[in-house]
Amino acid sequence: MTAILYVDGIGLSGPGLDGWAQGAAVLRGEQPWSWREPAPHVPQLLPANERRRATASVRLAFRVAEEAVAAAGQPALGMASVFASADADSPILHRTCLALADAPQTLSPTDFHNSVHNAALGYWSIATGSRLPSVSLSAADASFAAALGESVTLALSESLPVLLVAFDLQGPPFLANVLEHRFTNAVALVLGVRRSAASIAALEVEPAVGDPTRMSNPDLEKLRSDGTAMRALPLLELLSLGRPGPVFLGGPGSLGFQLTVLPC
Amino acid sequence: MRTGADVKPIPVSHYTLTSALGRGRAAQLQALLDERGGLTDRPFRHCELATWTGQVDGLAVPVAADHRAWDCRANRLASAALQQDGFVEAVAALRRRYGARRIGLFVGTSAGGVEVSEAAYRARDRSVDARLEPPFDARVANTYTPAGYLRQRLELEGICIAISTACTSAAKVFASAARAIECGWCDAAVVAGVEALCMSTLYGFNSLQLLSRNPCRPADPARDGLSIGEAAGFAILDPRADAPLALLGYGESSDAHHMSAPDPAGRGARLAIDGALSRAGLTADRIEYINLHGTATQANDRAEDAVVVSCFGTGTPCSSTKGWTGHTLGAAGIVEAVLSLICIEDGLLPRSLNTTQKDPALSADIVMRTRRAPLRHVLSNSFGFGGSNVCLVLGRP
Repeated sequence: MTAILYVDGIGLSGPGLDGWAQGAAVLRGEQPWSWREPAPHVPQLLPANERRRATASVRLAFRVAEEAVAAAGQPALGMASVFASADADSPILHRTCLALADAPQTLSPTDFHNSVHNAALGYWSIATGSRLPSVSLSAADASFAAALGESVTLALSESLPVLLVAFDLQGPPFLANVLEHRFTNAVALVLGVRRSAASIAALEVEPAVGDPTRMSNPDLEKLRSDGTAMRALPLLELLSLGRPGPVFLGGPGSLGFQLTVLPC
Repeated sequence: MRTGADVKPIPVSHYTLTSALGRGRAAQLQALLDERGGLTDRPFRHCELATWTGQVDGLAVPVAADHRAWDCRANRLASAALQQDGFVEAVAALRRRYGARRIGLFVGTSAGGVEVSEAAYRARDRSVDARLEPPFDARVANTYTPAGYLRQRLELEGICIAISTACTSAAKVFASAARAIECGWCDAAVVAGVEALCMSTLYGFNSLQLLSRNPCRPADPARDGLSIGEAAGFAILDPRADAPLALLGYGESSDAHHMSAPDPAGRGARLAIDGALSRAGLTADRIEYINLHGTATQANDRAEDAVVVSCFGTGTPCSSTKGWTGHTLGAAGIVEAVLSLICIEDGLLPRSLNTTQKDPALSADIVMRTRRAPLRHVLSNSFGFGGSNVCLVLGRP
C-alpha cells in the first residue's frame, strides 16, 4: 500500500554538509563538496546545565532535529518521533566496555543511563516536553530506511506529524577498523500527514524490491554508502532541486522502500 | 492521539517464552503453579556482584553452523526459545501462506549483542596504539544483532527492525507490528524480545544503586531494587488467524521528565494506559488483571501504584512477575505479555513472588497468593529509561 506524507522540514549534518541550506547548495551542484567537519553544535533546546553535559550523540541528534523543527514552523511538542541509529553512542560504548574489562565497579552511572539506544530520544522528549509516542530503532546500515517506514506507519496510525532523526557518530579510534560508518552524520525530517504552509514536497512511500538509488557525484556517493544517515542523500538531492522523481532506499535485505517525490 | 474503539483485535496465533522459569510455555505455567521462581544467587560469568539473577541454563552450545557468524549469548537464547512450542514450524507455515516478504519482523532488545564487545575488550591488546581488529564483527555486537540473526534463522524477508527503547523495547514491538499490519505493509508479523545477561546491565544497574542483593521483592515495603534476568519471547500477530487470544490495544507515551527516574506524577504512564484502553475499546473496569512493570525499586513501584490506582481504583488485581523471572529489560515487554497470555489461557492470577507483605504506602490490590480466576482482559505495563512508556491490552476479543 502506498502512503503519502509531506516533508515539512529538513535537518542535515555531515562532512561538507553543514546544515540544510549549505548542504542543499552542494546537492544542487551550486557549491563544490569538500571534506569539512561541521562546526560544533550546542543544543539550544536543552537547559543550560544539561547543555554542558550533553553527550556527542545528543548534540548530533539535536543539531538536525532542531533545524528540521525550526524549518517546519511547528512546535515539537505536537510531534511523535522516530530516532534511528546503527550504533547510537559508540564513544560511551567504548568507555563502558573499557571500564567493564578493567575495573567494572568504576562504571559511571551517567555513562550507563546515557548508553541506552534511546538516550537521545529521551533527552529530546525532556527538552521539548513532548509525551507523544516515540520509537528508537536500528536496522544496521539500513536504519534510515527503517526509520522512514516506521515514521509513515506512526504518522498515519496516530494522525500526527513525525520527527524522524537518523544519526551515527564517528567511533573512537579504538573501533575505527571495525565500525562500518567512519564519520559523524545525521539527517532529520519533519513528516506531516497533511500539507502545510511549510510543505516542501509530498512523499509517496511503499515497500518494494529494488536497487538503491546512488549519487552521481562520486564523493557524495561515498558519503551515501558509508554513512547510515547519508543513505537519505538521493532523497535530499531531489528535495534540494525541487524536482519530482523516484528514489529507492535499500532495506536490510531485498525489501526496501520505493519513494516518489512530488514537490509542492 | 486517536481515540475510540476503532482498532480491530489482532489475533496472536502462536507464542512462546524461554526464561529463568524454563523453556517453553508449559515450563512457565508449571513454575507459576509450583511457586518455583527462577532467580538464583549462582554467579554469572565474570560478575562479582552479590546479586540474584534470572539465568537461562544450557546456552553453552553455539547457534547452528549456517548462522555461526551471529553466535553470541543473546542469539543462543533466541535460538533455544524458537525451538519451543512449535514456533519455528509456525513461522514456516506463515511464510508459505503469505510469502517471506509479507511477514514483518520486530525485535526488541536493550543490550543486543554487547557481550561480544565486552569479551573483545577484556581480551584486547593493551598496548597504546592497539585497535580492535577483525575477526571482531561489530554487526554481531550491537542493537540489531538479534534482529539480524532472526531474519536469517526464520528466513524472513519483510520489514525488519530492532526496537531499542530500554525496558519497553519488547512491548513496543507489538505496537510497531500492529501499525505495519494496519498500514498494509505486512500481512502478519513476528514480534520478539531478546535479552541476555551481560556485564553492562549488571554493573550498570549496580552503578545506579538499583540492584538488589536479594531476590527482588516488588511492592514489598523492604524492596531494595531489581534482580536482572534474561529471556527470549516470540509471538505471531496474524490478522487472519482463528485464534482465541489477541492483542486488543496498545498505548505509548514519553515521560518528558528524567532519563532514569519515573515521573512521580505518572502523567506519561497515564497517557499510555489511556491509549491502550481506548484502542481496545474498553473501560478500566473491564480489566481483570494488571501485570505491573513492578521493578521492585522504591521509586518505580510507588509511581506505578499511584497511576494504576488513579486509572483503575484499588479493586483490580495486580502483580509484577519480576520476582519470578527477574527484570529482563529489553525482553520484559514480551515476557510479561506471554505470561499474561498464559494466565488468561489457564485462568490464573500469579502472586507477587518474594513479596512478604504489601507496602502499606501502596494502594493497588497486589496479588499475594496465586489463585484461579477467569480472565478475559489483561493489561501489561512497561516503563523504561528515557521516560518510555508502553501499555498493552491482551485477551479474548
